[in-house]
Amino acid sequence: MSKKTGKIVSVNANMIAVKFEGDVLQNEVAYVIEGDLRLKAEVVKITGNTAFMQVFEYTKGVKIGDDVEFARHMLSVQLGPGLLAQIYDGLQNPLPEIAERFGIFLPVGEELDAIDPEKQWEFTPESKKGDIVKAGDTLGSVPEGMFKHRIMVPFHLRGEYSVKEIKGEGRYSVSEEIAALSNADGEKAGVTMMFEWPVKIPITAYKEKIPPKEALITRIRIIDTMFPVAKGGTYCIPGPFGAGKTVLQQLTSRHAEVDIVLIAACGERAGEVVETLKEFPKIIDSRTGKPLMERTIIICNTSSMPVAARESSVYTAATIAEYYRQMGLDVLLLADSTSRWAQAMRELSGRLEEIPGEEAYPAYLESRIAQFYERAGAVTLNDGTTGTLTIGGTVSPAGGSFEEPVTQSTLKVVGAFHGLSRERSDARKFPSVDPLESWSKYNSFIGRDLTDRARTIMVKGDEVARMMKVVGEEGTTTADYTVYLKSDFLDSVYFQQNGFDEVDASTSAERQMYVFNKVVEVLKGEYTVDSKDEARKFFYDLRHRFINWNYKKWGSPEFKEQEKEINSLLAEKKKDSPR
Amino acid sequence: MRKVCTKILKIAGDVVSVKADGVANEELATVLTSRGKSLAQVIRLDGDMVSLQVFAGARGVSTGDEVRFMGHPMQVGFSDNMLGRIFTGSGVPRDNGPAITDNLIEVAGPPVNPMNRVIPKNMIRTNIPMIDVFNSLVESQKLPIFSVSGEPYDELMARIALQAEVDMIVLGGIGLKFDQFMYFRDTLEAGGALARSIFFIHTAADPIVEGRMVPDLSLAVAEKFALHGKKVLVLLTDMTNFADGLKEIAITMEQVPSNRGYPGDLYSQLAVRYEKAVDFVDAGSITILAVTTMPGDDITHPVPDNTGYITEGQFYLRNGRIEPFGSLSRLKQQVNKDTRGDHRAIMDGMIQLYAQYKETEEKKAMGFRMSDWDNKLLRYGGLFESHMMDLKVNVSLEEALDNGWKILGECFNPEETNFRTDLVEEFWPK
Repeated sequence: MSKKTGKIVSVNANMIAVKFEGDVLQNEVAYVIEGDLRLKAEVVKITGNTAFMQVFEYTKGVKIGDDVEFARHMLSVQLGPGLLAQIYDGLQNPLPEIAERFGIFLPVGEELDAIDPEKQWEFTPESKKGDIVKAGDTLGSVPEGMFKHRIMVPFHLRGEYSVKEIKGEGRYSVSEEIAALSNADGEKAGVTMMFEWPVKIPITAYKEKIPPKEALITRIRIIDTMFPVAKGGTYCIPGPFGAGKTVLQQLTSRHAEVDIVLIAACGERAGEVVETLKEFPKIIDSRTGKPLMERTIIICNTSSMPVAARESSVYTAATIAEYYRQMGLDVLLLADSTSRWAQAMRELSGRLEEIPGEEAYPAYLESRIAQFYERAGAVTLNDGTTGTLTIGGTVSPAGGSFEEPVTQSTLKVVGAFHGLSRERSDARKFPSVDPLESWSKYNSFIGRDLTDRARTIMVKGDEVARMMKVVGEEGTTTADYTVYLKSDFLDSVYFQQNGFDEVDASTSAERQMYVFNKVVEVLKGEYTVDSKDEARKFFYDLRHRFINWNYKKWGSPEFKEQEKEINSLLAEKKKDSPR
Repeated sequence: MRKVCTKILKIAGDVVSVKADGVANEELATVLTSRGKSLAQVIRLDGDMVSLQVFAGARGVSTGDEVRFMGHPMQVGFSDNMLGRIFTGSGVPRDNGPAITDNLIEVAGPPVNPMNRVIPKNMIRTNIPMIDVFNSLVESQKLPIFSVSGEPYDELMARIALQAEVDMIVLGGIGLKFDQFMYFRDTLEAGGALARSIFFIHTAADPIVEGRMVPDLSLAVAEKFALHGKKVLVLLTDMTNFADGLKEIAITMEQVPSNRGYPGDLYSQLAVRYEKAVDFVDAGSITILAVTTMPGDDITHPVPDNTGYITEGQFYLRNGRIEPFGSLSRLKQQVNKDTRGDHRAIMDGMIQLYAQYKETEEKKAMGFRMSDWDNKLLRYGGLFESHMMDLKVNVSLEEALDNGWKILGECFNPEETNFRTDLVEEFWPK
């Protein structure tokens, strides 16, 4: 079969125009043949017989008239066992292998297999000859780390097929055919353990989408208690630089109670990814007893890597995440940062000379962001089990202002908003999630009555604090001042969390419920304090004891000891308690 | 065979367009004008129309001038002979010395595979307490100095260059005033560091296109030296001028501007350069320190804003001092645990007290009565500013930590501070 080719007619940074004959797919993959190099590119616009393509590499050296070879398929990723614990670039090239083969620098125009074609997997069939199956149904499974990796009917097969043949238990590589299917029209399909799926098309081989209900425990108190995230939900973390977005994402990727975490490092600093990829293999997940890396997949397209691949990297991550959701697992996709992804779209749009929208972002920015977050969701699979995909994206607003287009478009489509504030991070209050501005549409595992109580105190305390700026401490009544102290107490002992302390960095749901009850008890209480000085002393003392309590291991004797100390201090000052 | 064109079809800004084929993207060319020869670089190909940015500027370029394509992208020499030398943004000697033609290397090479990076672990001592104690500079870090015109950022850079423990220095000057350039040269010479420095200097008088190349040339040379085991410190000043250069060319090329006229790819353009900072396994490293002046002292201006998202922290230089608030070294946690047991405690404790001092100062300005505690804080604030923040202070980290305890001891009782008991016992002045 002769390969379909075209010729380059213009080059503008990473955007090229190609004259072709015959038919071309939108989003088709093509390769620019530059001497021995093959630069991967994707069709993004077609007019007449000219196709505009974004090249996933730097285009230094590309010439007019260079050949372009069309691949006849859309930009796709490989799906199959062996994805876990991997580190890929935005186009699913495994970075460790690239490092091994090509050395220090990233090579130009090289593509490697995302999944090792040779590796043998222990296959157990779960269907038999004569079974009627459709896309997404399980044919068998292989163990992948601690998970049972379902080998499914490829998602692109339409309608019902019957199993003509299936291999027995044994070791096979991903490229070996393990089953043969055929449908009523006699169309045959051979199934291997690995298949490809176009990244920009959501995987929908499930029965139905269901509303996200169950809370996803991130073990970050302010999030779980006040602004919870649901399994299958979406949330965003906008914040100016230095507010701690990435640290918050890193903590979530470590502690979140889900099966699989995908980290899409999109256009951010390489150094931060390095921390993750050097440390995760060493950190043991306390819930499973296995290294964290075994449940993690990293898609890494840092800021100095070519921009076009950055645009694709979030789709690559979403597709792999959806694939694992198909196995009935809870998957969390953390994208850092979606603004860099949006900027990549903007660069592309600019080079296509499209009419710009606000801040030169393309007019379709909003719908693209919405489509991306809509790939999250809880689903009932064909076999009745449930899988969820939760997406959390950071946003890096220009100038730190949440009014900019990416933040605004994101806010419209997500279920929870964790806004980080510069004020809080400057005051070293971490996580710097703003308790007054943030919101969530999901339900916490803690009762609404309790969280409402806390919220009321926060709002009132803030009012008093603002008033005090005008009239000074002298002009504030002791009652008002106590409200202010209560809100400050709530913030210091519960909302703030020390991410660098082994115990405090992750608070289980059980502990959150227990401690929060105590905190609300303090907030509700009335105390025999006669002066502001006395009130301040009491609350500072209480705060000190609570913070120390946070550092004690849940359920340990020290934990109980510290609790007693708190109780005795409370008993001493509480109005209704006997003197 | 080199292609030659003798008909320039379009001249706009510093960009000229000619008809030619077989030309590669980012290929270099020479433009021969009545004023002399200039380098030019291909920035866009459209059919047989080739657009080039002319390094020497397009002023005086005639439509009949000759454009000769060189068949290779931008290159720069790499040899030990470059040490102590000064070059322009085109890589041409600026000091009347011989041109470097051996060992040419390509500029703007591919990025480092993240797998091959290591977690930074070596502190670079500068003997400036505000850096060493409070925001340690780390080998392979990329850090800008956010400042405004008139602040002594050149002095600060020169001092760090002289005192930092590095093997060599590459200074990239973009849009420098002539006297700034002279200042750097004279200071480094007087400090005996010129012999281990390479300068790529673009002054405000030179065409803007040349300034655009300065970071690439500086970093390409630095990268090569780093691969040969050298610890390189790259100083770039002023990156705002670099960004303005990008803006100028983008507008000339009729690109849609995104924010205040800057091109949409400003973030990527800056990131590609800053991300060259690296610590190579079994070889040297590149540390980048860059000045970013904030127009109108506005941190939300696109240049400092985008820079802040890329770099690993920032130093705020204001009123001649490195501000303790807002300044941040994101990598300090990697190194300050291994220096001295009291380093982190002093770092946090002194800043917390200084923050309290600032509040008290405000209260004082508003006419509130000062308590004993307030007066202690005021005393502390004064000492902190003169013994720690003043840029004239030039002491080692250990000495600075000792001074810190001295200041604390002079102003407070140990129980008034939040220091751990064991540290108080060991370090509090008796």
